Amino acid sequence: MAGSMVTSEFLVEVDHQRCRRCKRCILNCGFGVFDFQNMTTADSSKCVACHRCVVFCPEEAITITRNPLAFKEHPSWEVDRRKAIWKQAQSSGMILTGMGNDLPWLNVFDHLLIDACQVTNPSIDPLREPMELKTFLGRKPDRLEVSADNGGFRLQTEVGNNVELAVPIMFSGMSYGSVSLNVHKSLAIAAEKLGTVMNTGEGGLHPELTPYTDHIIVQCASGRFGVHSDYLNAGVAVEIKIGQGAKPGIGGHLPGEKIGREVSGTRMIPVGTDALSPAPHHDIYSIEDLRQLIYALKEATGYKPVSVKIATVHNVAAIASGIARAGADIIYLDGFRGGTGASPAVIRDHVGIPVEIAIAVVDKQLRSEGIRNLVSIIAAGGIRSSADVAKAIALGADAVGVGTAALIALGCRLCQKCYTGNCSWGIATQRPELTDRLDPDWGAERLVNLINAWSLELKEVLGALGVNAVESLRGNRERLRALGLDSTTMDILDVKPAGR
Amino acid sequence: MMELVFGDQYSKWQVDTCKVPAACGLSGIISRDGKVLGGNVIIESMRVIHDRGNGLGGGFAGYGIYPEHRDHYALHIMFEGAEGRSACEGMLESELEIEAAEEINTRSVPAIQEAPELRRYFAVPRREKLARESIEPDDFMVRLVMSINTTVPGTFVFSSGKNMGVFKAVGFAEDVGEFFRLEEYNGYTWIGHGRFPTNTPGWWGGAHPFNILDWSVVHNGEISSYGINKRYLEMFGYECTLLTDTEVMAYLFDLLVRKHRLPLEVACSVLAAPFWKDIDSEADPERKALEQALRMTYSSALVNGPFAVIVGYSRGMVGLNDRIKLRPLVAAYKDDYLYVSSEESAIRQICPRPDRVWAPKAGQPVIGELKGDV
Ligand code: SF4
Ligand code: SF4
Repeated sequence: MAGSMVTSEFLVEVDHQRCRRCKRCILNCGFGVFDFQNMTTADSSKCVACHRCVVFCPEEAITITRNPLAFKEHPSWEVDRRKAIWKQAQSSGMILTGMGNDLPWLNVFDHLLIDACQVTNPSIDPLREPMELKTFLGRKPDRLEVSADNGGFRLQTEVGNNVELAVPIMFSGMSYGSVSLNVHKSLAIAAEKLGTVMNTGEGGLHPELTPYTDHIIVQCASGRFGVHSDYLNAGVAVEIKIGQGAKPGIGGHLPGEKIGREVSGTRMIPVGTDALSPAPHHDIYSIEDLRQLIYALKEATGYKPVSVKIATVHNVAAIASGIARAGADIIYLDGFRGGTGASPAVIRDHVGIPVEIAIAVVDKQLRSEGIRNLVSIIAAGGIRSSADVAKAIALGADAVGVGTAALIALGCRLCQKCYTGNCSWGIATQRPELTDRLDPDWGAERLVNLINAWSLELKEVLGALGVNAVESLRGNRERLRALGLDSTTMDILDVKPAGR
Repeated sequence: MMELVFGDQYSKWQVDTCKVPAACGLSGIISRDGKVLGGNVIIESMRVIHDRGNGLGGGFAGYGIYPEHRDHYALHIMFEGAEGRSACEGMLESELEIEAAEEINTRSVPAIQEAPELRRYFAVPRREKLARESIEPDDFMVRLVMSINTTVPGTFVFSSGKNMGVFKAVGFAEDVGEFFRLEEYNGYTWIGHGRFPTNTPGWWGGAHPFNILDWSVVHNGEISSYGINKRYLEMFGYECTLLTDTEVMAYLFDLLVRKHRLPLEVACSVLAAPFWKDIDSEADPERKALEQALRMTYSSALVNGPFAVIVGYSRGMVGLNDRIKLRPLVAAYKDDYLYVSSEESAIRQICPRPDRVWAPKAGQPVIGELKGDV
């Protein structure tokens, strides 16, 4: 009987006329596709299409194609479904995967159009006029008390701590352990240069990131890895991670092979043990418990802003309202397209709702209760471009978080094999020969370039809309129109159809 | 989406779009000594900038015009049909103590057609109503006005302040002034407006000034941030029902100055906020902290897009431009008079030799306040 009934997804071919037998592909492939016996050979069954070999082959000798093997078509038994069954019939395990939801669900962002000025009001040229993107995250007072004294005015209300962002784009939480230290360094350096923040994720803060802590939000998740008093006080804010868009309602599992000396030290767990994050925080079984943790963290940090990260699930508006009333300063909404280092495919692909919808209902709910000023909303999980940023903000987000887009900037090819720990690009791996490939300064430059490019585009959008500050776009759904959405969805988004 | 009840063409229009882009001409004058001027002065000023309007809306507000009723809210109401009037008067009767009720005097002017019934009521909230809910009279009146304007068919309260009144119609400003016999009123502040809507419901209530209690706003511009300003105001109970940007301006002034008690100048720096580059380089740390706190707290009240407004209130008048001055605004002084207008010509028409004429900088308010009591 054959070892596996699952046929290769891709075919790897080496053009032996071109190949000069340098063996670079053997070194570069994290998945062990290549070997050398008199000539370079490739085992297609191991290929994940991460393209590392193709990019680094000096002779362009490698071609990767989708395996053209014909399957008898069946509309409800797509090939991937059959393959999943073959795998599970063999292994009796869950199908694991990495990165975000890859099923072709409706993408609401792609059905929203942005307005622009013509004649009756002038558009503004961002190259000639100031165009402001500065954003503050955290609680704002309902109103300010201002007194007049001898010709001047004096502020009488104290405004609590906020996180200042030069651009309304931050880097999402990705833990050291799931990604390499060099990824963390790239993100931290870039965050500092951009005037924004990165988020540690749940794996603690490596000492080498200490110079950048003014641009870091530290996370406190259910596993409490690396959480201690200095850690909580290190960053500009603390985030309680309740859930993640790619795997709402379930915990995390970083296998022992990834827990080397450095990761072990940072997470404060023994080398080689599995790092298990429980599904819930075992001290948060209800909203009152969340309130206690929020205030414990505030007390511990001298009242730095506390963010609460949740996966966007069906009842997200009511949950967000509870979180705001529990004392959070920031609500981080992670949509069902958010990425992950490892998740059961059944959860990643079928649980949660799109962040676009979540922003709209959360913003509306908080406004209807008159508590929108208590919290800032961050939207993440599926932000792919500056257009998505603009639309998320117009729907009501204060800022967005990007994770997958940042990794793609660092070389990620979205092969979705992060859970294997073999990432050839040195991103989702702890193998030193792989992590060495990512130079943090190079990585930071790519990230800075990307976010600067998006900022320029965002400024163009604002200018076309005839506004010169991002807050005039925030929650301004009047400047969005829907194309091809059903009327219920438009009603939920509070966006009119194009033409009206 | 809010519910709108005012005539057929109006509610139909509401379905199609949300607000009317408009460009306009404005003019205002105040005597800081509180000397009164006949309404004909502001008509003369507006006549010069006839071409900035297109005959689809004109109007005025005068302050100090009802000294004999100075302690009563003066409600100016337009009715299209008897049904709305009886429903509205029923509400007024049950909520207010009415001191006087009368028709608003008009004269027939060929250019002004299809006038609704126009009446005014001098009244105060019933004391027992205020006591029962322990609500401030001003808040009570705002709620009543909003409730009439959103629920009573064919009825619109277009002026609700004390010792002041708004007069507006579909037509050119000077014709509207004549129609309302403005020369018969004497006020220490007058503001006027000629409207150039690019799409119009042709409705009297849609003309400027837009008023709520003490605040009257005439406005030239289009508010590109309308959507978020409106949603921000909704959090405080203001319902934007009129489809005009101007309404947002009036409510923002009411919220910031009356309810949040911000000094007027500070409120202006919320609406036309200074740029971050200027705030960041501000040398005085207290001032910097204030400006930063204002932008953080009131970011949704930043009015973005081109505008020039003149706002009248019982103590004075303010002219304000957007933060990059995308619409014209000129100011002038002569003795105790302050003039603000879209065009210098409109000022010189009524004050040929002002002491000083200048173009206010972007976002810098020009404020003229009464020196004493009137
Ligand atoms: S990297 Fe290219 S040239 Fe080098 S051994 Fe591999 S296939 Fe041949
Ligand atoms: S991070 Fe690495 S393993 Fe994960 S999808 Fe990207 S390239 Fe593949």
